[in-house]
Amino acid sequence: MAVPRTREEVFEILTTVRDPEVPVLSVVDLGIIRDVALGDDFTEVTITPTYSGCPAMRTIEDEVLGALTRAGLPGPRVRMTFTPAWTTDWIGPEAREKLRAYGIAPPGPRAHDEGDVLVQILKRREPDVVACPYCGSRETELRSEFGPTACKSIRFCRACSQPFEQFKGI
Amino acid sequence: MAAEQDIPDEPESGAGAKVAPRIVPVTTELGPVRASITSGQPANAFVEYLLRLSDDRLVLGHRLSEWCGHAPILEEDIALANIALDLIGQANAFYTIAAAAEGNGKTADDYAYFRDDVAFRNVMLVELPKGDFGVTIARLFLFSALQVPFLKALQGCSHAEVAGVAAKSYKESVYHLRHSAEWVLKLGDGTAESHARVQAAFDQLWPYHTELFWQDGVDAAVQGQIGAPDLATLRAEWERTVQAVLSQATLTVPTSEWQPTGGRLGRHTEHLGHMLAEMQSVARAHPGASW
Repeated sequence: MAVPRTREEVFEILTTVRDPEVPVLSVVDLGIIRDVALGDDFTEVTITPTYSGCPAMRTIEDEVLGALTRAGLPGPRVRMTFTPAWTTDWIGPEAREKLRAYGIAPPGPRAHDEGDVLVQILKRREPDVVACPYCGSRETELRSEFGPTACKSIRFCRACSQPFEQFKGI
Repeated sequence: MAAEQDIPDEPESGAGAKVAPRIVPVTTELGPVRASITSGQPANAFVEYLLRLSDDRLVLGHRLSEWCGHAPILEEDIALANIALDLIGQANAFYTIAAAAEGNGKTADDYAYFRDDVAFRNVMLVELPKGDFGVTIARLFLFSALQVPFLKALQGCSHAEVAGVAAKSYKESVYHLRHSAEWVLKLGDGTAESHARVQAAFDQLWPYHTELFWQDGVDAAVQGQIGAPDLATLRAEWERTVQAVLSQATLTVPTSEWQPTGGRLGRHTEHLGHMLAEMQSVARAHPGASW
């Protein structure tokens, strides 16, 4: 295969790099690849973390560098940015469908968009209606907003008695 | 506030006098500020300010991480570890900006692992032992109730990197506040035992909340330089949140005449040193190690 020449081709290569925690999604699906810059002697990929303390970032960085190197791109390097902050809005419709098929409910509303935090707390928020990714029932409940990884919450389906994860809206 | 009035030239008295570093006046592009030279602390208000933000997060993150494997239920074990991870990640991001501003090759790890307690700039609230689950939740709630308005305002500051980290951290802090406040409601409005335990937690922590709003010339300089928020303007929102949640939780908002401060200048409780001894031991036993 010829050495990629365009940003689009580099993005295509990056679709082969999976999120280590959610292997059904590529780092491109996840929306964490913010930019690709190509020069004669460098290939710079800009990444943003999903959460400040996401422990998968180092692995993702190594795998991006590996993919660029294998493609024969010159001077691969990764730049980390916090700006603009990652949001689940960058997970597109196709990626949401992949998540659902994998058993993870796609992201719900973003917590900081749901109005005054104090009002949310005092009203003991109306439970979100989230469909079970396994049986499709809407009879599900939130068990914890903090799941096995920073980006997911834990829910439970009363219809099929199956616990499942949901991507947290952020 | 003038820096000269708020940072003493010499440690006042007591045990602190023996270990506190010499304080000398320096001038930076942010105007006259003072910083110690013997403790390895930066003579730069911007860096000092970032260390205050970072140290709060690192120390509280470490205290929360002490619950890993010990929380009352599995979901909560996971939640506290996740919140700890957010806070330590935020600390890492602010330390990284501080390191770049110092420009002397330091990394976030140098700040976290190779400074002694007198060089830490966190409020004492976050360094107190984790206590029971009530203390852990009450502390996270008191802290997060300020972080939500603080980070929301800081994301509008003129320093692009600080604003970026603030914007990210703000979104995380909303989850931290929601989570801790919901537990305050459950515990306060729960059983007689849970009510008594969480009330005792607020009573124990209350004297330390004043320090969350403590400011000096360092804050004033950075507020002027990059438009960081004046903590005094956030106090009303913090009080509104705390009073509303405690009231709904059938808890009493405590009062305290005693309002200790000093953490921002490196004067800490004995607990911080013990915590750092454990937290820093591996890095200090194997300096320069990487994996």
